[in-house]
Amino acid sequence: MQLTLAKALNEGLRAAMERDPKVVLLGEDIGKLGGVFRVTDGLQKDFGEARVFDTPLAESGIVGTAIGLAMRGYRPVCEIQFDGFVYPAYDQIVSQLAKMHARSKGSVAMPVVIRIPYGGGIGAVEHHSESPEGYFVHTAGLKVVSPSNPADAYFMIQQAIASNDPIVFFEPKRRYWEKADVDTDATPDPLWASRIARAGSDLTLVAYGPMVKTCLDAAAAAEEEGRSIEVVDLRTVSPLDFDTIRESVRRTRRAVVVHEAPRTLGVGSEIAARLSEELYYEMEAPVLRVTGFDIPYPPSRVEEEYLPDLDRVLHAVDRSLAY
Amino acid sequence: MTVLPEASTPLVQLLTPEGERLHHPDYDVDLSDDEYRAFYRDLVLVRRIDAEATALQRQGELGLWAPLAGQEAAQVGSGRALRPQDFAFPTYREHGVAWCKGVDPLTLLGLFRGASNGGWDPQEKRFQLYTIVIGSQTLHATGYAMGILKDGAVGDADGEAVIAYFGDGASSQGDVNEAFVWSAAYHVPIVFFCQNNQWGISTPTSTQSRIPLYKRAEGFGFPGVRVDGNDVLASYAVTRAALDAARTGQGPTLIEAFTYRMGAHTTSDDPTRYRLSSDLEAWKLKDPLERMKSFLFKQQLADATFIESVEADADALAARIRKGCLEMPDPDPLSMFDDVYAEQTVLLEEQREELGTYLAGFVGGGH
Ligand SMILES: Cc1ncc(C[n+]2csc(CCOP(=O)(O)OP(=O)(O)O)c2C)c(N)n1
Ligand SMILES: [Mg+2]
Repeated sequence: MQLTLAKALNEGLRAAMERDPKVVLLGEDIGKLGGVFRVTDGLQKDFGEARVFDTPLAESGIVGTAIGLAMRGYRPVCEIQFDGFVYPAYDQIVSQLAKMHARSKGSVAMPVVIRIPYGGGIGAVEHHSESPEGYFVHTAGLKVVSPSNPADAYFMIQQAIASNDPIVFFEPKRRYWEKADVDTDATPDPLWASRIARAGSDLTLVAYGPMVKTCLDAAAAAEEEGRSIEVVDLRTVSPLDFDTIRESVRRTRRAVVVHEAPRTLGVGSEIAARLSEELYYEMEAPVLRVTGFDIPYPPSRVEEEYLPDLDRVLHAVDRSLAY
Repeated sequence: MTVLPEASTPLVQLLTPEGERLHHPDYDVDLSDDEYRAFYRDLVLVRRIDAEATALQRQGELGLWAPLAGQEAAQVGSGRALRPQDFAFPTYREHGVAWCKGVDPLTLLGLFRGASNGGWDPQEKRFQLYTIVIGSQTLHATGYAMGILKDGAVGDADGEAVIAYFGDGASSQGDVNEAFVWSAAYHVPIVFFCQNNQWGISTPTSTQSRIPLYKRAEGFGFPGVRVDGNDVLASYAVTRAALDAARTGQGPTLIEAFTYRMGAHTTSDDPTRYRLSSDLEAWKLKDPLERMKSFLFKQQLADATFIESVEADADALAARIRKGCLEMPDPDPLSMFDDVYAEQTVLLEEQREELGTYLAGFVGGGH
């Protein structure tokens, strides 16, 4: 079945709702409108307003009530309309949702999924292009995942909903409209596994979400210059599947981490630190990072210069190989 | 969901949809003929700014536009009630208030074009930057009003006041409710101006509240009033009275301007997915411009020549906006490192240098 990433999520949500009557969807404009990106299109019509409901406009309310619903045995899937609008819910996520399981010594599970369309590249106004995953990766008690393609989107959303841990599910909004074949009968990879999206031997590009395609394009371009670049699609950003990363970099001896989020204390920092701790003597070059800059997301007319793209990735590949 | 029948709710109105002039015991205006005409001119020009911006978005010149069509009277009425010393805190749709505060419409376009994240000097215009994150500005307005109070700048007819704009959807946001609590607690000189345009994107006001929004004020400890937001005279009268109460030390007021978002939420939105076109048709009969025009004609305050001259002004304004938008330069990419901090950091200087060197590598041939 050819599906866009948005439609794959929609089908994944539908499958999860069919499987488990405790799955409920809540958020702003997710009912009749089907969400501003139409990810929940048709679900209210088919499952009713008790299971798919438009909330009052209050993100702290969305996540705070999801915590209560979870305590009552539901599996809430929250939609935050855009990345830049999750912050009103930050306290509920970080102080409450993330800590409930530990505080209750495991007696209160929090099977809550928070879906967030994230990232730039769509020419949007402020607060609509951010990559806030770092805040959540830094928060113990939360898990963070991000699919890069329709097939992963279809399965990962179902796996996230089935998980008993709270998961922040980052959707690469600029890839919503990209299509690929999705075999809904396939056996999916485990949610907590990264994947070698392209095999290579000279260098490992590590990315997740929207940057996976950028890296695959860069690897294809590099091949024309005779370079064999491996691409690791993290899929799970927290916890990291470090076995896959380590195994890849041990072979290629070079790593470049790519993300849209600002550089300082980003996911790239953690990966670089661990690689230098564990593979210091095996690597041929320091781990490089291609990231957004440490500034507020700029006006969209200059976002192209802000965002990592194929050229910037290749530039880093050149620098790494030159060591 | 059941809600109180809207028809039973009192509404301050000074102009009927047919343009009949009404009088109200608490709120009235006595304007000169020129002032009445000036209101009409504002309404027409503001609508034209909106139409031109919408067209520019359709032609790919703006990334997005949030149309105000239908809300001109609420914005012009409240905007013209502001005295020069009053400070306004807008959402992203207050193009009519921006107009009244002397913000060049082209500056607004810069934001929606993606050329800036603001564009005007809020202190100079006494008009804060647009706030997209729903509700945040109501707390900023409250804090600003706390400052006015601390400065002793309230108490007489020349006192200062603040107005905070927000929508029906925003009324659910925690920040807005905290702003109500704080404003009441400190008895600050503020007017909360809620444009209830019946929708927060696809969500009807009934999802946000089971009671008329103006009634919320009572529970927080200050007065609330509902005004016909499609009536520029009533919007002006009610806002002026609330601002005067604030500036003379009588504390906050919540105004609910009952109006209608005639267009889409933004140019990215498709309202046919969630609302009936008959709804829009019913509201068209209450159009704020038509009613002011009928009033002017009925009172013989205007003739065809006047209407034509206003149209000509609108055409000229639209042409200026279009030209300015098409000629608007993109920002220098390296300027994105400017002004992040009051005191620039070494890290950002390094990153600016890094990007500058990288971009220079493309000049004349790629890397
Ligand atoms: C905190 C936050 N959440 C969500 C959004 C997305 N959003 C933009 S406008 C809007 C609806 C606002 O409705 P209302 O307050 O009635 O104002 P209106 O757009 O009708 O003028 C939403 C949900 C946002 N901008 N900020
Ligand atoms: Mg509204």
